[in-house]
Amino acid sequence: MKEEIIIAGFGGQGVLSMGKILAYSGLMDDKEVTWMPSYGPEQRGGTANVTVILSDQKISSPVLDKYDIVVALNQQSLDKFAPKVKKGGVLIYDTNGIHNRPTRDDIRIYPIDAMDATLEIGNSKAYNMVVMGALLKAMDYKLPMENVVKGLKKSLPERHHKLIPLNEKAIEKGASLI
Amino acid sequence: MKEEVRLMKGNEAIAHAAIRYGCDGYFGYPITPQSEVLETLEELMPWETTGMTVLQAESELAAINMVYGGAATGKAVMTSSSSPGISLKQEGISYIAAASLPALILNVMRGGPGLGTIQPSQADYFQATKGGGHGDYHLIVLAPSTVQEMVDFVGLGFDLAFKYTNPCMILADGIVGQMMEKVVLPEQRARRTDEEIREQCPWAATGRKDGRKRNIITSLELESSRMEVINEQLQARYREIEDKETRWEEIGTEDADYLIVAFGSIARISDKAREIAAEEGIKVGIIRPITLWPFPTEAVNKAAQGKKGVLVVELNAGQMIEDVRLAVHDALPVEHFGRLGGIIPSPEEVVDALKSKIIAKL
Amino acid sequence: MNIEDIIKEENKVYSKPELLEEVHMHYCPGCSHGVIHKLLAEVIAEMGLTEKTVGVSPVGCAVFAYNYIDVDWIEAAHGRAPAVATAVSRLWPENVVFTYQGDGDMSAIGTAESIHAANRGENIVMIFVNNAIYGMTGGQMAPTTLIGQKTATTPYGRRVDLNGHPLEITNLLKELDGTCYVTRQSVHTPANVRKTKAAIKKAFENALAKKGTSVVEVVATCNSGWKLTPDASNKWMEQNMFEKYPLGDLKNV
Repeated sequence: MKEEIIIAGFGGQGVLSMGKILAYSGLMDDKEVTWMPSYGPEQRGGTANVTVILSDQKISSPVLDKYDIVVALNQQSLDKFAPKVKKGGVLIYDTNGIHNRPTRDDIRIYPIDAMDATLEIGNSKAYNMVVMGALLKAMDYKLPMENVVKGLKKSLPERHHKLIPLNEKAIEKGASLI
Repeated sequence: MKEEVRLMKGNEAIAHAAIRYGCDGYFGYPITPQSEVLETLEELMPWETTGMTVLQAESELAAINMVYGGAATGKAVMTSSSSPGISLKQEGISYIAAASLPALILNVMRGGPGLGTIQPSQADYFQATKGGGHGDYHLIVLAPSTVQEMVDFVGLGFDLAFKYTNPCMILADGIVGQMMEKVVLPEQRARRTDEEIREQCPWAATGRKDGRKRNIITSLELESSRMEVINEQLQARYREIEDKETRWEEIGTEDADYLIVAFGSIARISDKAREIAAEEGIKVGIIRPITLWPFPTEAVNKAAQGKKGVLVVELNAGQMIEDVRLAVHDALPVEHFGRLGGIIPSPEEVVDALKSKIIAKL
Repeated sequence: MNIEDIIKEENKVYSKPELLEEVHMHYCPGCSHGVIHKLLAEVIAEMGLTEKTVGVSPVGCAVFAYNYIDVDWIEAAHGRAPAVATAVSRLWPENVVFTYQGDGDMSAIGTAESIHAANRGENIVMIFVNNAIYGMTGGQMAPTTLIGQKTATTPYGRRVDLNGHPLEITNLLKELDGTCYVTRQSVHTPANVRKTKAAIKKAFENALAKKGTSVVEVVATCNSGWKLTPDASNKWMEQNMFEKYPLGDLKNV
């Protein structure tokens, strides 16, 4: 198994922490993992993206130009990364605020309304876990949920462990969008 | 602390590794993109556990001279910084090398010159391998390409530094510093006791106990004939390090038509380029120098034999390529590909460069 | 009474301190450094600190201090002695560390290190020899050079408009919460020598007691740099230096 994933969006959308939970989940699943952020001024308000690679084997480049899965959470990211999905790969994007939809027909495209789904849960901080749920489903649960929960526990500080049930709920909600 | 599998950034891993390898003291000054080293150490409070000293100095100058002071007493001490800060440390590094002291220095390179950018770079290759400060000296320079190597090279770096009483530099780039990977942290290595240090480092300024002769740590010798001898001793040590400590990694070099030479994280991007090229039927081998000084001259020469061309991929305008050209002489074309200013090339760009700079010109 | 009657153990009034090496010092005749070295050697031996002391020598005339006092030494880069001493003190808390710095080392190139080590309250002794000139490099202006004083780089006398004011670094160090003892002494008369020795002893006691940073400034002569005889230098110092740098304790907590 090898999944080369990029998650891209605005700085405040929890892109980096979603990547981190994904990477931790991979670690709990005995995978080799890399988590490579775009860092610097971009961290503050602008676009943020993180490349996560999960693999059964040693990982070569942590920086990529083509991805198995692209998760785009704003128009800018969608424009930039939709062309970079490998043929037969997966593109997930949040429809909120998107006016220019992707047109490729050689990849699987999943538009999701993650913002609305998050509002239904009633906690805006769960947004990135809704997206995570969609991603896990699109990956056909190659990362089993039990290891994702372990990953959540590992990546969240102890004082936030009480939020894990909320996160699980958000992940389920996100999965239902696919 | 037992061996432990974790997910962490290269910079955080350095901090954990320092504690677990029994480092006695860290002295540093914040600078992006490596401030997590000091931040993580302060958070872990090793002075409460292993007894390690951690101090935020008033400047890079102070920090490297604290390292000089600690090393002069035989303690395992280190500092970390990024390119502009490493420039400030050069005077101290020259003193440490001249006084034959063991110390570990981490440079998480960012783009320059000047204040430059906080994005990744490998533009300090010349500075690290050709001197940096004044005088004829060499650092042992280790170039990690994974977070695991960030950890491992803290242990290796201290071991080499003490074996040869010579400063060792881990020359990392912002990619390895900022990236998170799965990493195996080693079991806790006990810090040496003061008595062990006195025994293992009889040269150190530890207080002249039990009537021993006083120890003087200095780099000053105004008598030219004696200074020449000191220089010759340093050079003899460098030759020994070249003989015994040259390290590199090769991937698919035997069955390849082309050779890529790259170090650090760029070697991994090049490895991916090797995979992509292979799908197109282009056979590429990689040689990754692990020690940048001593440079694996013979290994590069051997790996280049029978190849049609060599591409040197670096995050700079062409530095290591000089050592590669010296290694292969004029036997075959050697070209450089690099991005500047903190831009990281994709594996596809590396393949394109191989085609346009080497293959198209044959 | 012949000479044999005089040279007897019971008549002995002075001997060279055991920690002073049997070598010729490179200092000029009349220089204050030799006396200060002697006092350090005496204090270290008398306090039983020979096996625990690490000295940090500067760049400047005292760069070779390590050749004269029989304890462990580290020779620091110019101005960095307090940083070097900081690490030694923190990594070997059982040991006692002193820096020996001139006016250039302490108050020009090493101002940041001096102030920050003192501000952190490092448990170290800082011996600061202020002779208002750069001796080692041939008599150039120091931060402490007086207004009107002629040096190789102020050949017509130091001018405020060109060179700024004399820097009273010790007064600055006194203000820092990390210092426990700041004093200014001299070694030009036997009485002053005794006071300086007491000050150095107190500074070492403070370091042992982990009370913070102690600074002993010694206002000193540089007859070569000043281009005066040793005797005239002492008089010039009394008449000119003491007004700007008055002797006495500045702080004693």
